[in-house]
Amino acid sequence: MSEKKMVKFIIQRQDSENAAPYEETFEVPYRPNMNVISALMEIRKNPVDASGKATTPIAWDMNCLEEVCGACSMVINGKPRQSCSALVDQLEQPIRLAPMKTFPVVRDLQVDRSRMFDALKKVKAWIPIDGTYDLGPGPRMPENKRQWAYELSKCMTCGVCLEACPNVNSKSDFIGAQPLSQVRLFNAHPTGAMNKAERLEAIMGDGGLVNCGNSQNCVQSCPKGIPLTTSIAALNRDTTIQSFRRFFGSDHQ
Amino acid sequence: MASNREFFNRRLHSLLGVIPIGIFLVQHLVVNHYATVGVESFNKAANFMGNLPFRYVLETVIIYLPLLFHAIYGLYIAFTAKNNTSRFGFFRNWMFLLQRVTGVITLIFIAWHVWETRVAAAFGNEVNFQMMQDILSSPFMFGFYIVGIISAIFHFANGLWSFMVSWGITVSPRSQVIATYVTIVIFLALSYVGISTLLAFV
Repeated sequence: MSEKKMVKFIIQRQDSENAAPYEETFEVPYRPNMNVISALMEIRKNPVDASGKATTPIAWDMNCLEEVCGACSMVINGKPRQSCSALVDQLEQPIRLAPMKTFPVVRDLQVDRSRMFDALKKVKAWIPIDGTYDLGPGPRMPENKRQWAYELSKCMTCGVCLEACPNVNSKSDFIGAQPLSQVRLFNAHPTGAMNKAERLEAIMGDGGLVNCGNSQNCVQSCPKGIPLTTSIAALNRDTTIQSFRRFFGSDHQ
Repeated sequence: MASNREFFNRRLHSLLGVIPIGIFLVQHLVVNHYATVGVESFNKAANFMGNLPFRYVLETVIIYLPLLFHAIYGLYIAFTAKNNTSRFGFFRNWMFLLQRVTGVITLIFIAWHVWETRVAAAFGNEVNFQMMQDILSSPFMFGFYIVGIISAIFHFANGLWSFMVSWGITVSPRSQVIATYVTIVIFLALSYVGISTLLAFV
């Protein structure tokens, strides 16, 4: 083995939040089964670009390294996905990396995903069970319902559905598929259902559910295979009923 | 309920596209199909539609006001999207883009169509077979009408699909797939009606 196989990376970089992005090319020695993160680590050891010019190490987010935390999402060869599960052997070369521009770029491939956590607060994506005394056990959940609700709970707030959505952009305040599907999850829970109307009212506000334009890119792109568009359509039905109840009814405020 | 204004507007926009605008479109295409029967039949049908009692009230409430709201709010919706079919070439994403493109084309077409027929009628021209024959004798206008009518029909058929999702009628993926097939059939059937009518004038 006289000649070592190299993997070429073209990486979009950005020095700070408001700096202009630029590209740098790197060559990393190939190792079997390497993923994008291992290549980024290799570059970090010796940050020199393909022409031999010394540069700064690349910034990126990561945590679990097994596609359950959502932190390492980035745009790889044009598609938003997790860099931990992006295997070099399965990617076309040169491999192009860029940050998910739907979010504010902190530095290089690192983005600020706070908008998704803010959206979870906005739609009340939790079940309030705290009391000043023991509230006792909650109602039981049917097993078949638990099974489909479990699929929705796989969301790791990675941001891929927002990056893929044509209606989530700087011109619109649409919250995107991620928090919407969580509303369906918590409304499906027998205890969570006690606050169903509150969550529905939250997604009927500005930037909410109705901004969905049915491009269905979210469900095609979700790395966890969450039925996001089914959630959206189910919520469309729930909010239709909620709006009629509120207008014509009396005890559904 | 000021915070729910967007919810109300979007749902109203979706509803108006089907009732009354969609129903009017189907009615308009079907009645005009009398042109394939003959000059007499077309003129008789146009005369009947044009002399309905309370015509101005009907036109304003069923056509002009809903259409105006749907068009203006629709333009706002179309221009808040950032289309990304080059990165995500999925079927529904293309439909999403085409829905916006055909919406804008249809708006331009309808504006011209209303000017050429209804506004001309208000100035004393008679809306009849001869009028349409004169308009469509120009190859450019014939092409413009083909594109305009196909755009309007596509926008209606695909809009029917998203109407059913937006109101929570088709929730499951399977029902959405079947709705896709149904709306394709509606698109083809209405396109046949529209194109055969146009050909009757040349």
